Amino acid sequence: MQVQQQSAVVCRGLTKVFGTGTSEVQALRGIDIEVRQGEVMMLVGPSGCGKTTLISTLAGVLNPSEGECLVFGTNLNRLSDRERTRYRGSNIGFVFQQFNLIGSLSLRENVGVPLLLQGVPYSEAMRKADEALAKVGLGHRTEDRTTSLSGGQQQRVAIARAIVHGPKLIVCDEPTSALDHVTGQHVVELLRSVATGEGRALIIVTHDSRIYRFADRIAQMDDGKVQRIYESHQDFLAAERLS
Amino acid sequence: MCLIVAQCNGCNVQIGGVMKRIALRMLMGDTGKYFGIVAGVMFASLLLVQQLAMFAGIMGQMYAGISAVSADIWVMDPKVRYIDDSQPMTDGQLARVRSVEGVAWAVKLYKGTVQAKLGDGSNIGVALYGLDDATFIGGPAVMVEGKLEHLRRSDAVIVDVQSAQDKLGRTLADGTKAPLRVGDTLELNDRRVIVAGLCEVARGFQSMPVVYTTYNRALSIVPPQRKNLSFILATPKSGETADAVSARVKRVTGLAAYTSQQFIVKTVTYFVEETGVVISFALSVFIAFLIGTLIAGQTFYNFTMDNLRHFGALKAMGATNRTLLSMIVLQASFVGVLGFGTGTGFACLMGLGMRSGVVTFTLPWYVLAVTGVVVIAIVTIAAAFSLRKVVRLEPGIVFRG
Repeated sequence: MQVQQQSAVVCRGLTKVFGTGTSEVQALRGIDIEVRQGEVMMLVGPSGCGKTTLISTLAGVLNPSEGECLVFGTNLNRLSDRERTRYRGSNIGFVFQQFNLIGSLSLRENVGVPLLLQGVPYSEAMRKADEALAKVGLGHRTEDRTTSLSGGQQQRVAIARAIVHGPKLIVCDEPTSALDHVTGQHVVELLRSVATGEGRALIIVTHDSRIYRFADRIAQMDDGKVQRIYESHQDFLAAERLS
Repeated sequence: MCLIVAQCNGCNVQIGGVMKRIALRMLMGDTGKYFGIVAGVMFASLLLVQQLAMFAGIMGQMYAGISAVSADIWVMDPKVRYIDDSQPMTDGQLARVRSVEGVAWAVKLYKGTVQAKLGDGSNIGVALYGLDDATFIGGPAVMVEGKLEHLRRSDAVIVDVQSAQDKLGRTLADGTKAPLRVGDTLELNDRRVIVAGLCEVARGFQSMPVVYTTYNRALSIVPPQRKNLSFILATPKSGETADAVSARVKRVTGLAAYTSQQFIVKTVTYFVEETGVVISFALSVFIAFLIGTLIAGQTFYNFTMDNLRHFGALKAMGATNRTLLSMIVLQASFVGVLGFGTGTGFACLMGLGMRSGVVTFTLPWYVLAVTGVVVIAIVTIAAAFSLRKVVRLEPGIVFRG
């Protein structure tokens, strides 16, 4: 596979099939996609078009049925399960639609989990977690529990958790779906400010048209394929209007 | 890539320690389920310890008659199946046993049941021990009042102190009961005897009062029979073992001869094999196991299912199956130890409460060992379903709505 030097993620011929026989579902149908370093790529499309399957696969959470994905030059398919898990832990940050914060832990412990999983000593992990929480504006609530936070604040904690270990790639699944308009805008602004830059990339799956303007490029998906990649959000919105 | 693996292999210990702390915080964070799981294991432990301790107590009562007599070797009719199964021998058997090489001494012991007349006119069964008239061998080890030698006095008997205080208590003129005292009289099979002492004995299964007297006086109390000798108590000469001498007595005389321990085993084996007591207690243990497994297992599984997304998120963020498994094993072990400890503690408190009652409660090491094994089985089963779920967990679950 030819990999451009500035590519963060390169996927070629990516196919994912769930089930067998009559229950077989082809979620991805030979996807080719490249995410450049330093950019925010948004994946949009109707429900069930394969967006979530695509980010799961390119982040090494799901194994593709066919094709391969290189993340910053590492072919995740060629790693063992254990190696892939470790690679994910060190190089990929996740922001989930439902936050997935552990209610019984403090904010700093939740944020420190990716570091603890890498074997960083507890005190150092907590110090870095405090720094990450400060970046998302929650530095004054490090000892609080997640249950005392609003949805927007919880998503900010999730972002702090995604960036605390300095991953090269951050994947977000509907990060604004549980948030109101203003909070959603703030969250994506925050994500963009802390998660992009040289040697990094941010991929966001979203249905929320209000945040398209934060994208550098938008990949429109349908029926398990990338139908078209728009070079700016204006191009995408123009195409939407025409259709 | 090799670097990544090498680094991570080096940091496994740290990962384990910190993630285990998080595992416990997750467990205790869900207070309702946490207490539910602990309660399940605790309830099972309580039932197990209580039932097994009562079983051990009852088994102890079965051979209380053997423990009550301090003798190295018991010789008896071969048809005897347990301590209370009296198959009298002729007195001449004593001389045969004494003649066996290696026997230092051998004495007679009468053991039978007689009727004691109470102050209200009713009768009560009493276990009567007739000891060797000269040596009183086989007598009670602990005297509360009086001395064993006082049996030499006319019509003297020694009564167990517990029965003296309740079952054999005197009825006063106003109808109230008072403890039987040294110097009081008692009627055994319509024969008047005088209490010369009070002793401590282990209570038997039938909770019968125990009365000691001399062999010949015992024969004067019971109806005349051709054969009266219940047991012969013997001891080996110095340098001989009880095992070897009892085997020799058996071979030479044709009688049955056991060491005290062998006789206890024979008695317990009889009750285990011939009565439903084991089945009854085994059923209780099985029910305790089922209840514990159902409550703890179901609640633990629900806890895992509730946290499945968190486990999925941890997996996505770089937690290996091994890390997650160790978290679950720790959670299960923690509730197991806590449930076992509290359950055993409550059972012991129950045992203390029963101390003065007729229900026996003894706590030998094997009761705790069996309970521990069953609790391990309960938490293992509880954890197994959760482990299976987490190992098969697709981390992609966290991306689903």
